[in-house]
Amino acid sequence: MLLADEVASSHPVLADNPYQPHMARIVRIYKMVDNNHLFTLRFMEDSLAHSFRHTPGQFIMLSVPGAGEMPISISSSPSRPEVLELCVRRVGRVTNALYRLRTNDVVGVRGPYGNGYPISEITGNDLLLAAGGLGMAPLRSLLWYALDHRDKFNNITLMYGAKRPEDMLFREELTALVDRTDINCLLTVDADPGGTWRNHVGLLPGLFDHAKIDPLRTYAAVCGPPVVYKFILQRLLELGFPKNHILMSLERRMKCGIGKCGHCSIGYKYTCLQGPIFTYWDAINLPEMI
Amino acid sequence: MKILKLPKEKLDLFASVVQQFGELHAPVEQDGKYVFKRLTRWSDARLEYDRTILPPKKYFLPPQESIFRYRPGEGFVPVTDGLDQRIILFGVHACDVYAMNILDRVFAGKYRDPYYQARRKNIAIIGIDCLPDKNCFCRSMRADFVDHGFDLFFYDTGDYYQALVGTALGDDMVQATGSVFEPMDAAEIDDYKRRSLNKRRAFQLDVEIRDLPEIFEMEYESELWDELGDKCLSCGSCSMVCPTCYCYDVSDDVELGSRAGDRTRSWDSCLFYDHALVGSGENFRGPRASRIKFRFYHKQRGFVAEYGRPSCVGCGRCSNACPVGIDVVQVIDRLRRVEDVASR
Repeated sequence: MLLADEVASSHPVLADNPYQPHMARIVRIYKMVDNNHLFTLRFMEDSLAHSFRHTPGQFIMLSVPGAGEMPISISSSPSRPEVLELCVRRVGRVTNALYRLRTNDVVGVRGPYGNGYPISEITGNDLLLAAGGLGMAPLRSLLWYALDHRDKFNNITLMYGAKRPEDMLFREELTALVDRTDINCLLTVDADPGGTWRNHVGLLPGLFDHAKIDPLRTYAAVCGPPVVYKFILQRLLELGFPKNHILMSLERRMKCGIGKCGHCSIGYKYTCLQGPIFTYWDAINLPEMI
Repeated sequence: MKILKLPKEKLDLFASVVQQFGELHAPVEQDGKYVFKRLTRWSDARLEYDRTILPPKKYFLPPQESIFRYRPGEGFVPVTDGLDQRIILFGVHACDVYAMNILDRVFAGKYRDPYYQARRKNIAIIGIDCLPDKNCFCRSMRADFVDHGFDLFFYDTGDYYQALVGTALGDDMVQATGSVFEPMDAAEIDDYKRRSLNKRRAFQLDVEIRDLPEIFEMEYESELWDELGDKCLSCGSCSMVCPTCYCYDVSDDVELGSRAGDRTRSWDSCLFYDHALVGSGENFRGPRASRIKFRFYHKQRGFVAEYGRPSCVGCGRCSNACPVGIDVVQVIDRLRRVEDVASR
């Protein structure tokens, strides 16, 4: 396997090629939920494995050789480096190809891209994380970052909802957080047919009844399917959240990740450069954002 | 800037000398239209042409190019074929040079596109001034003159060419041709001014781009977009012929019977159905009306926020190419109209 710097040295014209994928080995495939596996990767270049740092909320471009490249948000926290964890739902051609790979197979990674959550702006404030379904994938990076740098934040609240207990991503580690007293971890499922669920049952916005939130000193990071945005945003605005304290992570088609290919353009912003984290104020000003 | 004059009868000499700097390409006639093409004979070059079907962007961002080759055991190896090929594009109009200057900004920035940049370095541009036809509105878009982005730029003043020397390479081309380039005198400066005035008077189209972003914002819900959506065929012709449309798609193809393959990028269009379609099936610009609105919005409004000016240069290609007659000047006029009174 040629490593990226070897490739670069033999192609001086393209020595600094932002499209160059760096090969990474699949260290672990964890079947969290049907068709929502957690892939753990480690760069083959040792130096890159050590030096790669991202901001929570950033994404990478993941190459599955022979199938294509796609943007995937980073689910692991930069406070836990050396490996990258990616929560990938099996939905399309490239994700299907990824699901055919096995441990120790090799993929390509470039990045990290995007703005990530504005950590320095959030620092010193309360943090509310609200996610539904797959929305936990990017928020999980911020969650562990906040827990690992607990002194940077005041109160931390997590609200996460899934359809049923078996659909909840990161279920084991999140249920383990419920007992922690440095975070108010609120987990809910729409329905619990098996009767084994020990947490909340009901829709996600219902969790607001169990949280103490001071809208003027809280940043809310929201991620989920459109229905989550619809109801959570409505609730946050009712509570009086400043529009620039509501942070959303958006999904768009991307072919380059670096502001060239044009696909992720919303109005006059590129999701890959100025996003994927946008404030609600951005959303009001950019048509077709949500 | 160094400005010289070249007697017209010496142009052939210049063209033959300049080939030592690269393969010569120029507009040639093809079925009554013009295309930039490699010249086999200098006499094939048509320097008095209206517009080429495709703009020069095809040389810098080819319609399709392989950017990586994947081989198991090796990974992604960049494809560099053709990147160091030296080409001279002879006869590029000001609007098209301006468009390249716009693309330069898109493909630079924090993440330089090395494929584009390598070609831009190795492909020389010799521009030539032109007079507008009925579809040109480059003057409104402030792209009727360029002060950089070319190696040489020729103004046809009747008896001779005035040559602006834009780069060191351009100067080398002049030097290599010997003493046929001469300094300009005062009377010849007047020739330039006369030509400039004539050019200005020749424009038949004019659009006002001042405060266009604001008007686009206000007219975001205009019924015009639905009308255009009903008319548009989503063929993407406007994007293909546009000198500043740079959207591209990337696909990986595997060779039959092997695990090796190519990563290819190819021109794309925001008019195509899947331009904003994501893996889960959600399409952020599904309706055709929202796609054509996006194209206008990004050119005339979005780009202003990003780069301080519209990305449209007024070359008139999209209006010419559209099979259903969607015309950018008419669209802008219609948006600017006050209570059915034409704005200009």
